[in-house]
Amino acid sequence: MYNIIDSKYERGAILKVLTKNENICVECHQCEDACSVAFFKAADREKSSVRVDRKKTGEINLTTCTQCGVCIDVCPVQAISRDKNGIVRINKKECVGCFMCVAACPEDAMMYNKDLIEPFKCVSCGICTQECPTGAIKIEDI
Amino acid sequence: MNVEEMRKSHKRLTEFAYQTGTIDRGYNNRTLYINVSTNEIKEKPVSQEMKEKFIGGKGFGLKLMWDAVNDNTKWNDPENTIVVSGGPVCGTTQYPGAGKSLVVSISPATGIVIDSNVGGYFGPYLKFSGFDAMAIQGKAEKDIIIYINGDDGEIVIDEAPDEALDGHVLGEQLTEMYAKDEKDKKNISVITAGSAAKHTYMGLLNFTFYDLRRQVTRLKQAGRGGIGTVFRDKNIKGIVVRYAGTKGNSNKPANFDKVARTGIKLHREIERLDDNLMRIRQVGTANIIEVMSAHDLLPTHNFQYGTHENVVNIHSNVFRDNYLTQGLPDGCWFGCSLACAKAADKFKLKTGPYAGKLVTVDGPEYETAAGVGSNLGIFDPEAILEINFYCDTYAIDTISFGTTTAFVMECFERGIINKDITGGLELKFGNKEAALELLHQMSRGEGFGPIVGKGIRKLKQYFADNHGADYDFLHDIGMEAKGLEYSQYMSKESLAQQGGYTFANKGPQHDEAWLIFMDMVNNQIPTFDDKAEALHYFPMFRTWFGLMGFCKLPWNDIFPESNKYQDEPAKIPEHVQNYVDVYNGVTGFHIDKDELILQSERVYNFQKVFNLRLGGGSRESDIAPYRAVGPVTKEEYLSREDRYNKEMIEKIGMDPSNMTLEERIAATREYRMKQYYKLMDTVYARKGWSDQGVPTIEKLQELGMDFPDVIEVVKRYL
Repeated sequence: MYNIIDSKYERGAILKVLTKNENICVECHQCEDACSVAFFKAADREKSSVRVDRKKTGEINLTTCTQCGVCIDVCPVQAISRDKNGIVRINKKECVGCFMCVAACPEDAMMYNKDLIEPFKCVSCGICTQECPTGAIKIEDI
Repeated sequence: MNVEEMRKSHKRLTEFAYQTGTIDRGYNNRTLYINVSTNEIKEKPVSQEMKEKFIGGKGFGLKLMWDAVNDNTKWNDPENTIVVSGGPVCGTTQYPGAGKSLVVSISPATGIVIDSNVGGYFGPYLKFSGFDAMAIQGKAEKDIIIYINGDDGEIVIDEAPDEALDGHVLGEQLTEMYAKDEKDKKNISVITAGSAAKHTYMGLLNFTFYDLRRQVTRLKQAGRGGIGTVFRDKNIKGIVVRYAGTKGNSNKPANFDKVARTGIKLHREIERLDDNLMRIRQVGTANIIEVMSAHDLLPTHNFQYGTHENVVNIHSNVFRDNYLTQGLPDGCWFGCSLACAKAADKFKLKTGPYAGKLVTVDGPEYETAAGVGSNLGIFDPEAILEINFYCDTYAIDTISFGTTTAFVMECFERGIINKDITGGLELKFGNKEAALELLHQMSRGEGFGPIVGKGIRKLKQYFADNHGADYDFLHDIGMEAKGLEYSQYMSKESLAQQGGYTFANKGPQHDEAWLIFMDMVNNQIPTFDDKAEALHYFPMFRTWFGLMGFCKLPWNDIFPESNKYQDEPAKIPEHVQNYVDVYNGVTGFHIDKDELILQSERVYNFQKVFNLRLGGGSRESDIAPYRAVGPVTKEEYLSREDRYNKEMIEKIGMDPSNMTLEERIAATREYRMKQYYKLMDTVYARKGWSDQGVPTIEKLQELGMDFPDVIEVVKRYL
């Protein structure tokens, strides 16, 4: 196999990840607004990297990125890589907009929006967690 | 010599500047014309009518060819043209398999037009550079390289004496020469032939793409019909295109969201299902080696048999577990999540001029594994990979090489030819060293190799004229029609597939119709009318891929869970709708699935008329060699004796127990050929053709293809 992990990130180092506890989510959707305002300057849940909805079984479903990096492997132009803190980031300049990463994401956390020709994702900035009234989403070191 | 020194030895013949950035809704509305005799380069406009009637891809190729040649043009005449064209969806990055180029030319093997569908980045980059097609006419005096700089709107032709000829070397050299740095290499695509193209009639074209992870130039092949031979006859060494800045909307679709959502839906389907369906992402198309063998359909020993005890040695998992690098996004264009373009990395060559070198071998695809493997009695995965590598780099079509060499091996084993004739080569089934040496001779232009490289049609005549062989027997066992060698499926037990192969416009290739399972295994098309309907629908549907710049694999090598509940599961209705949506999303048109078929029917009938114009296309040319229809020899009959005896009782109404083997073979032949001719009549009628296979004037009028020069051609035959 080929080493496709950005060498600047050392495995085992502390990685900040957005974690979730669906049991205490109250579905206020403030996280979605905070995320989309921060990155797209508009309160539009379709442009949020964290999502609140319901599973088919009726339970609350929070979509968050675990920074697992599956998307890194599927990108045909190596536009996705880990930064020095281990966060998986998209280099929009290199991205060819194929959206294979959207389908490959095991968490459905790689997002597509009709107004954008590249996908977008959570970068563990934590802005959404500041708006969460119950602590259902948190930035944690793993 | 490094590439800088090679570049210094270039002699500039001409330069041409043009305006970039013309693409809109999948079309630039212009094509590129290059004459390598006169060094003339010009743009040609694409009319609205050309888009409506010929659509793009193969349709544009045929239209530009029609205008470029005359009724008597031969493959090596200067006016013969090579057209490369993507089609309106070509360059889409969201839908899997949307980066194909169609290459059209007059074939040295068939004398009629050939079309070949190929991956790699050339088609998309040509389009993003500003052209819906590229037509190359004339013959250069010395070896040249054509360079299209799609970033700056500049085209040059250089004499280029020092670069290599072989595809894997030349692809690397030109990629390095025209890329600014390592990262920029993905913005380059090269068309090459190889050293054997000039010495044979089965020369292919390699289309490159740069593999960022492996850091090698990968090769995809426009394999069929000898277009690489035409390329080298024109003294073209390579054609390079560069385009930096590919984005998700570079094809400027009318409705980006529609295209993207359709693509993501299929990406998800592949992600969810491929590992339990065809495993294309693991083994490419090689997954069907064991499937074909299990159904007694894997061509073995020149299509005599359908399986062999050693097939287990070349099962797809052998390649997966020991050779093919796993887990990489192996698409031949961006966004192909089906990722069939597998590669064996760091493969050590044992023979030939590159012996000892570690190389990346693209494939093997199923066709190659069957063609140069089982059909030659070679059940050694490393021999298959080595033959695959040398075929690609020398520019030899693995299908024609496999089928032709299988024919030669059978002739050798039956004593029709011997070592005096082969120049000492012991061309028995299973002799991998002899097969490789034949290939190396094709590269060097020496010995028996170049004779074999002319293909089966020429060899039949050559063996009969020079070595006293029985032409009729050679005609029975030589698996060619129209001058093109059959690809690697056994059609003997499927009447519909016999027609699917042999009625195909360009010659027997599976890309028009693959009906073996529908017909033989699943018995879904039992009557002649059913078969004729399938031989209308599927060739038309599959022709459409070639008009678009689409690959066929994501159509039915993956299918949704709900497919089995559909009325016509073989058509994969949900995917047909995907194609309608992507086409409409790109172009802004509003076709439905019936209009899709009509688009193909126009081009298909045009190609048929083109064949007639060039002296082909006759009813006779649609007749298969008997080995494609039934058992020629005693050994073949006996290998499936129960099946054939049963057919005698149930279908022919004769009792085999009272007949000699010869009588049974003769009765089977008479019955099967009658069935074959009846199928021909039924299919011709369904297509709207005369009993001689000529499109009627009414049919051409109905399709809107009644151009005066087209009508003038069919009138000669009606």
